[in-house]
Amino acid sequence: MLWPRLARALFSKPLTDPAPPVPEEVAQALAARLDAAAQRRLGRSLAIRQVDAGSCNGCELEINALSSVVYDLERFGLRFVASPRHADVLLVTGPLSRNMREALERAWACTPEPKWVVAAGDCAVDGGVFKGSYAVEGGVGAALPVDLVIPGCPPSPTQLLEGLLALLEAQAPPRAASAVQSVSKNA
Amino acid sequence: MSGGAEGARALLRSGAPQGCRPHERFLLTPGRWAALAEALAADHDLALLALWGEPGMVHAAFLSEAEGAVLLASAPAPEGRYAALSPVRPGAARFERTLRDLWGLSAEGAADLRPWLDHGRWPVTAPLSARPAPNGLPPPQPEFLPVEGEGVHQIPVGPIHAGVIEPGHFRFHVQGETVARLEARLGYVHKGTIGLMLGKSPRSAARFAARLSGDSTVAHAWAFAMAAEAATGAAPPPRAVALRALMAELERIHNHLNDWGFVCNDAAFAWPHARCGALREAVLRACAAAFGHRLMMDCVVPGGVAVDIAPEGPEVILAALDAMEAEIPALERVYDGHASLQDRVVGTGAVGSALVARFAAGGFVGRAAGRGFDARRLPGYAPYDDLDPAVPVLPQGDVDARMRIRIAELKESARLVRLLLERLPEGEVKVSLPQRGGEGVGIVEGFRGECLHWLALEEGGLIRAAFPRDPSWLQWPLLEAAIGNNIVADFPLCNKSFNCSYSGVDL
Ligand code: SF4
Repeated sequence: MLWPRLARALFSKPLTDPAPPVPEEVAQALAARLDAAAQRRLGRSLAIRQVDAGSCNGCELEINALSSVVYDLERFGLRFVASPRHADVLLVTGPLSRNMREALERAWACTPEPKWVVAAGDCAVDGGVFKGSYAVEGGVGAALPVDLVIPGCPPSPTQLLEGLLALLEAQAPPRAASAVQSVSKNA
Repeated sequence: MSGGAEGARALLRSGAPQGCRPHERFLLTPGRWAALAEALAADHDLALLALWGEPGMVHAAFLSEAEGAVLLASAPAPEGRYAALSPVRPGAARFERTLRDLWGLSAEGAADLRPWLDHGRWPVTAPLSARPAPNGLPPPQPEFLPVEGEGVHQIPVGPIHAGVIEPGHFRFHVQGETVARLEARLGYVHKGTIGLMLGKSPRSAARFAARLSGDSTVAHAWAFAMAAEAATGAAPPPRAVALRALMAELERIHNHLNDWGFVCNDAAFAWPHARCGALREAVLRACAAAFGHRLMMDCVVPGGVAVDIAPEGPEVILAALDAMEAEIPALERVYDGHASLQDRVVGTGAVGSALVARFAAGGFVGRAAGRGFDARRLPGYAPYDDLDPAVPVLPQGDVDARMRIRIAELKESARLVRLLLERLPEGEVKVSLPQRGGEGVGIVEGFRGECLHWLALEEGGLIRAAFPRDPSWLQWPLLEAAIGNNIVADFPLCNKSFNCSYSGVDL
């Protein structure tokens, strides 16, 4: 029976891990890329469209793990969406195969402004081990303006989460951001 | 038809042995190859496992289920032509299209001559042939097989899909809600993996085998290492062999858990997905604690394993398994007990056992439809000879059967992990590979099915030719059959219950 288990879950300790710290410099560098209007429009949440541009699927496994209850993305206002038209972030993996370039460019073209591009995984950064093959472009940057790179092969869910939280931090209004900073200084 | 079977086997063995270990490769003349293609029509024993190339040469791997033997055959392809196997072995069709795209070799009398991996976007054509030609043409429009009938319309899906999954294009022809035909067009994640492996030592090419399909990184790295060790005559130490099996079973567990959750989720039942996700996360963390990497990527290397298990490894692994085994009965009761879920999975996406046998589909796709093949038992390899892994088989061939096979395997893998940890031999975990020429083949049962790697080294020990074959090659075509006469809305369920690898076959 499912109901007793659900009821028990209501009163037991949550499985969720605490949030990882956000790297301050990264958040500041990202904030510098956003103008005030974009900051306002993005607000405190992000809709993410993941695009596999030639990955070995290792990166997808870890991105899927990020959606599990242990990381509980939605508590931060982060969620995966089914269409680039609904997205604020393109989270791109893989060395950018030549066969995926057009599809990736089209996905980017139909993502509304303001938007972020995140290259996740060593392959997406510069082609990784597949660099130099006739079949790959060598990183997401070959086709799109990349805002943030999350290296790793594959990056762990915690590393992915750190990167996504840095984006959220960059979107925070300046006053709130400085408040956060002072809190962490006091701590 | 034993006469026919013996005919094809005898024909194959009449070729000149080429010294491939542990399974021999026989070199035939083009004429004998054509005769083999003909003899296969009357033979129901020799299953085609793979078909691939080398400049001017075509290779095939067969499994004789009666003998429990793997047999390799080759033939020169004068003027870039060889006799097609697809008229007698339907699984050959995509391999033949790949042979044309990568090596520029055409199959005479082939069932399908359309391009497969080559979308017309590479700077060259036939990149693995002796002389790749520059490609200056604009990419052609893909052609799909036609469907005729009243009210038939098309639904194009992909290459980018709605979920966090790999890219590929699915072309549905539907009549009302019913799928008349599905055709997959893959190749989007082609990375030129084989080309990158050539000219490297097995040691440095191992990272490509480990990245053929990230979810099967252990199984592929192991099969590749097995091929390299067979080619050079190296023997990995017993502790390394046991650790490889330990990692391979953990890989099976985390993938089966993942897909069990996802199948339920695709039927809009979120709770099992959440629970499976939490249990799987514990297994991945245990893998990270024991081997230093959550997916155990690059942990299996030619000659052994990269690192020994951490001292606290066994304890964390057992804790993750305890948690999983404690919860599986409850999860099973929920899976069984919800009519809304059973209604979606039972009878959905059924593939007949005859079709599964014709394609020689391995893994849970085969075992859920009466084909009990498991490489751990046949041809068999260490350390499974002593472990006697149980191989569940069901006849139905639907989404539910594939799920039940995986649940049974989950429990069996947990038993094997415990056994392996109990009996872990002491000693070294790595030997160095002698630098010499040779040829070898390795077969390892991954979570999807058998991963097969073939490797030919030139005198100095560098790779002259290689072919990594993911089990999905022979499962993808069956997905197209499974969805026929089902409704479009059940496609995600069918797809997830197969969970074929895109990267694994896109190479
Ligand atoms: S970064 Fe590593 S895990 Fe990710 S796609 Fe590349 S090879 Fe695979």
